[in-house]
Amino acid sequence: MSWVTKTLSSSLGKKLIMSLTGLFLIIFLVGHVTGNLQLFINDDGQAFNIYAKFMTTNPAVKILSYVTYIAIIGHVVYSIITTLANKKARPIGYQTSRASTNSAWTSRNMGVLGTIVLIFLVVHLQGFWYEMHWGNLPVVQYDGEEYKDLYSIVKFAFAEPLLVLLYVVAMVFLGLHLSHGFASAFQTLGLNHKKYTPAIVFLGRVFSVVVPALFASMPIYLYISSLN
Amino acid sequence: MNLTLKIWRQKNNSDKGAFKEYKVEHISKDMSFLEMLDVLNEQLANKGEDPVHFDHDCREGICGMCSLYINGKPHGPEQTTTCQLHMRSFQDGEVVTIEPWRATAFPVLKDLVVNRSAFDRIIQAGGYVSVNTGGVPDANEIPIPKKIADEAFDSATCIGCGACVAACKNASAMLFVSAKVSQLALLPQGQVERKERVERMVSQMDAEGFGACSNTGACEAECPKGISVTNIARMNREYFSAVVTSDNI
Amino acid sequence: MILDSKIPEGPLAEKWTKHKFNMKLVNPANKRKYEVIVVGTGLAGASAAASLAELGYNVKAFCFQDSPRRAHSIAAQGGINAAKNYQNDGDSIYRLFYDTIKGGDYRAREANVYRLAEVSVSIIDQCVAQGVPFAREYGGLLSNRSFGGAQVSRTFYARGQTGQQLLLGAYSALSRQVANGKVKLYPRTEMMDVVLVDGKARGIVTRNLITGAVESHSAHAVLLCTGGYGNVFFLSTNAMGSNVTAAWRAHKKGAFFSNPSYTQIHPTCIPVSGDHQSKLTLMSESLRNDGRVWVPKTVETAEKLRKGTITANDIKEEDRDYFLERKYPSFGNLVPRDVASRNAKLICDEGKGVNETGEAVFLDFRDAINRDGEAAIRAKYGNLFDMYQQITGYNPYKFPMMIYPAVHYTMGGLWVDFNLMTSVPGLYALGEANFSDHGANRLGASALMQGLADGYFVVPYTIGDYLAQIPQTKIPTDSVEFQKAEKDVKDRIQKLINIKGEKTVDFYHKKLGKIMWDYCGMARNEEGLRKAKAMIKTLKSEFWSNVKVLGTNEELNQSLEKANRVADFIELGELMVDDALHRNESCGGHFREEYQTPEGEAMRDDENFAYVAAWEFLGEGQEEKLNTEPLVFENVKLTQRSYK
Repeated sequence: MSWVTKTLSSSLGKKLIMSLTGLFLIIFLVGHVTGNLQLFINDDGQAFNIYAKFMTTNPAVKILSYVTYIAIIGHVVYSIITTLANKKARPIGYQTSRASTNSAWTSRNMGVLGTIVLIFLVVHLQGFWYEMHWGNLPVVQYDGEEYKDLYSIVKFAFAEPLLVLLYVVAMVFLGLHLSHGFASAFQTLGLNHKKYTPAIVFLGRVFSVVVPALFASMPIYLYISSLN
Repeated sequence: MNLTLKIWRQKNNSDKGAFKEYKVEHISKDMSFLEMLDVLNEQLANKGEDPVHFDHDCREGICGMCSLYINGKPHGPEQTTTCQLHMRSFQDGEVVTIEPWRATAFPVLKDLVVNRSAFDRIIQAGGYVSVNTGGVPDANEIPIPKKIADEAFDSATCIGCGACVAACKNASAMLFVSAKVSQLALLPQGQVERKERVERMVSQMDAEGFGACSNTGACEAECPKGISVTNIARMNREYFSAVVTSDNI
Repeated sequence: MILDSKIPEGPLAEKWTKHKFNMKLVNPANKRKYEVIVVGTGLAGASAAASLAELGYNVKAFCFQDSPRRAHSIAAQGGINAAKNYQNDGDSIYRLFYDTIKGGDYRAREANVYRLAEVSVSIIDQCVAQGVPFAREYGGLLSNRSFGGAQVSRTFYARGQTGQQLLLGAYSALSRQVANGKVKLYPRTEMMDVVLVDGKARGIVTRNLITGAVESHSAHAVLLCTGGYGNVFFLSTNAMGSNVTAAWRAHKKGAFFSNPSYTQIHPTCIPVSGDHQSKLTLMSESLRNDGRVWVPKTVETAEKLRKGTITANDIKEEDRDYFLERKYPSFGNLVPRDVASRNAKLICDEGKGVNETGEAVFLDFRDAINRDGEAAIRAKYGNLFDMYQQITGYNPYKFPMMIYPAVHYTMGGLWVDFNLMTSVPGLYALGEANFSDHGANRLGASALMQGLADGYFVVPYTIGDYLAQIPQTKIPTDSVEFQKAEKDVKDRIQKLINIKGEKTVDFYHKKLGKIMWDYCGMARNEEGLRKAKAMIKTLKSEFWSNVKVLGTNEELNQSLEKANRVADFIELGELMVDDALHRNESCGGHFREEYQTPEGEAMRDDENFAYVAAWEFLGEGQEEKLNTEPLVFENVKLTQRSYK
C-alpha cells in the first residue's frame, strides 16, 4: 500500500475525505442557491433559463460539475465505509443510553440525515437535472438564441403541493445535516482555534438555517405564484 | 435509600452474558458508588453467590482503573470517575443499570471487567520521548512557556480510563490518543519524534479496532478529567501534516 | 546473622561516586544474556524496568493491575523534592540530606540518604527530558514550592498530580522498551512466591489473574518494587489492591523485614464517614501552606458542632484554638506529618473533635481567601477543593474542611543493603517496598524521589555488580525448586478455597484493620500491643478455619485475590506489633505512649535503639528473630527534633 492509500484508509484519512467533500458540497450549495435565486426575478424565467444553459455548457462549470459528482459519490461511499467500520467497533450496544446528555442528536445521526438528503437528491436530480440534460424540454428563444425552458418545468412541478412539501421537509433535514457537518468539517481538518472556532460554529449555525431556508422558499414562492 | 440494580453478568469472555437484578437496602448517601457495590458483594458473598466483578484500585479518581456504564453514561451521572461518584447523586427507589464498557477493542473479561490493554499498545507505538536514563540536559536548559506547559499538562492529565471510548457512539479512542499526541507535540522535548509518533500511534489505534471520530463531543462531555476535543483537532493536524511531509512511504 | 550494609568507606559526599567506580561492570554484549524480573510497575518498578532494558538486560515486568500506568504511585499529589537550589534560597544536597535524616528522626542510614539527595537532581532532569509537564514560571523555568516541613522551596510539582505525571513518564519509558522488545509485560499477574536456587533468588511464581494459571518465571535477579503495606490497617490512603504479598513471601523465603512498625499517618485526610468506608482519601499536604488547623477551645462548643446545632462559621475567632500554631510557633501548620497527626489525635482525644464521629479537626482557608482572594486559592487548590466537595458534599470555600490523620505510607519494608539487595542474594527491593531512606518518618515529597532514585539511578548500577559475578547461563524453570514453589502456591490457593467458611475476606480484613489502628496506630503502648498480638493470633486461626472464598482458581476471582493478600497482612500485622513492642522508644511514626517528653513529644532512646531492626523468619508458628544493624552517625549530631 502506498502512503496515500494507507493514509486515506486510516480512520483519520476517511474522515478527511468526509470533511473535504463535505466542505466542497457546502461551497456548491452556496453557488447553487445564489444561481437559483433568479427564480425570484419576475421575467417569466428568462434569467433562470439563461443561467441554466450557462451552467450546463460552460466548460469550466462542466469540470466543476464533475468534481461535484465525485464529491457527492465520495461523501456517500466514505460515509458508508466509516459507518460500517464504526459499527464494527461496537457490535454490542448498551441497554440504556443517555447520549442526549453528552452530545447533540444531529451529531449522532448524520448517517440517517444524510440518507434522507440523498434520497431527496435522487428525486431532485431526476426531476430537474436529468430533464435538463437528457429530457425533452420545450425550447424558448431570447434575442434569437435557443434555450431549454427549464423554468417551465420547475414552475409546473412546484404547482404540486406534495412536491413542495417534500422539498421543504428535505431542506429541514439538509439544515440539520449541515448544523453538525459545517463545524465538524473544520474540526476534522484540525482547524480548531480559540479565536476562530466560535466564529466557525456561529457561521455554521447561520449557514444551516439560511441556505436551506432560501432553497425552501423557492418552491413555496413558485407554489404561491401558481395559485394566482 | 434502597435501590434496584440491573447488572451485566458474564462468566468469562466466551460466555454470552445477561442482565441480572439485585436489590440493595439502607444505602447511605455518603457512600461512593463502588462502596455501594461492595455492600452488594458482601451480601452476595454471604449468600454464597459469586460477587460482581468490577475494576477499581485507587478509589480517588486518578488511577483510571474503575469504569462502569451507569444508567446510560460512562462513570454515571456526574462528570467524574465512578469511584468518586457518590450515592447522593441517586434517588431512593431508583433502578440503576450497570453495564461494562462496550467496544470491540475492550473485550469483556468478566461481568463488568474489560481488557483495556489496547491503550497500552497505543502508547507503546509512540507515546514517549526516546531518551535513555541519564545523559539528559539540566532541567532548566529547556525553558517552556508557562502557557505551553499548562496546556501540555491539561492533555497529560488523561487517566486512561476509557470513558471516551465508552461514551463515543463509534467507540473511538481519538480523545485518549490525541491527549498523548498533544502533550508531546506541544512540548519541545516531543519535537524530534513528532511526525513519527503521530503516524504510529494513529495506525496502532486503527489496528486495535476503535471507531472513527464523528465530532459529537461526547468524549469531552464524559471525560472525568475534562480533556478537550481541541486535542483531537490537534492530532488531526499533526497527522495530516506528518503524512504529507514525513519520508515514510 | 551479621547484617552487612555494604556502606562504602570514605567521606559521605564521595561514597556513592567511589562505590560506582568500584563496582563490577557487565560487558554490553553480555547484558543481553541476563534476565531480570521486576515485580510492580510503580515509580520504582517502571523506572527500574525501563532503565535496565535501556542498558540491554532482558526484563520481565509484572503488575496486578490491568496496566502498569495504574500503580498507586499515580495517586501522589504534592510533589517531588530535589536539591536543585533553583530558587537560590540556600538549598543544597547536604541540606536535603540533613532535613531527611532529621525528618526521619535519625533512624535512617546516612550514606543512603546522602545518595538519595545526590541523585535527586538527576531525577528532575530525567523527568523533564521525558516530557513531564512540571509547573513553570512565566519565564519558562521550573517552579518550586516549599512542602511538608521544609524551610526551602525544593519541591517540584505538576499541579496536584505530580505522582501521576512522574508515573506516566516512567510508564512511557517502560512502554518504549516494551515496543523495543526488551521488556515483556505481564499485567493482571500477581507474584505468589520467590524461588530460591542455591540460596539465590532465581525467579518467581505468579498467578494469572484472568485465567488463574500458576506459572514460573526465571531470571538472574528479582526486583521487588511492590510498594507499601498500609492496607494492613484496612482503611488507608493506599489503593484497594496495594498489598504486602510479594514482600511477605520474600520475607518468608529469607529476606529480612525491617522496622515494620514505622507507619506514616498523614495528617490531612478526609475523615471516615461511616462503616461502609472502603478507603481514605488524602488531601495534599500542600493545603497546610494556606489552611489553618483548629478546633474549638472548649469541649462544649465541640459537642454542639458534633450535634450539628452550630457550624464552624458560628464560632468566634477568640473561641478557636489554632493548636499547631500555638504549640509550634516557628513551624505552625507546617510541622512534619507525624507531629501534625499526633496533635490532631491528641486534641480529638480531649473531646474537641468537630465531626459526628468526633474524629476530625478543621483546616480553614477563610483567612487565606480573605488575604489572596478566592480566585487565587482556586488556582492553587481548585482540584483538591473539588475533590473534597465531591466526597463530602461540603463546599470548602464556604465551610472549613474537616480532616483527620490516616495511614498513608510505610517507612518499614524489606531490609536492603546499600546496593538495594535484600538479605537474599539476587533479590532486590526498591521504593516503598524497602526500608531504606526515610528512617522513622518520611518527609513530604520524598517518596516520589526515593522511588525514582532507586529505579533510575541506583539499581541500574548496583545490579551489574551482582550479575557480573554470576554465570550467564539461562535458568530453567523445570527444576525441583520451581516445581515445589508452584506446588506450594497451588496448595495454598486450594486450601483457601476449600475452607468454605462463613465469614467473608473483608470481614477479617476489617477486623485486622481495627486491631492495628487501635493498638498499633498513631500511639502505641505495651499493654495494647500485647493485647493486639493475642488478638491477631486468634484472628489468624479463625481466618484459616472460617474464611469464605467463593468461586474457583481457574477464573477471574477477586475474592480469592483478596483472601490471599489478607492472609499475608494478618501475619505481617503480628510482626508489626512485635516490632512496635520491642522498640522501647518513640521515634517518628512510631510513638510509644510510655516514651514521651513532658510536652508530649516523641522521646528517642539513641543509646539502645539507634539501629535498624531486621526481622528474620524462622518458620511457621515460630517467633521471628531480631537482627540489628547499628546506625552510625558520623556527619549529623543526634538531637531531639524540635519544630517549636
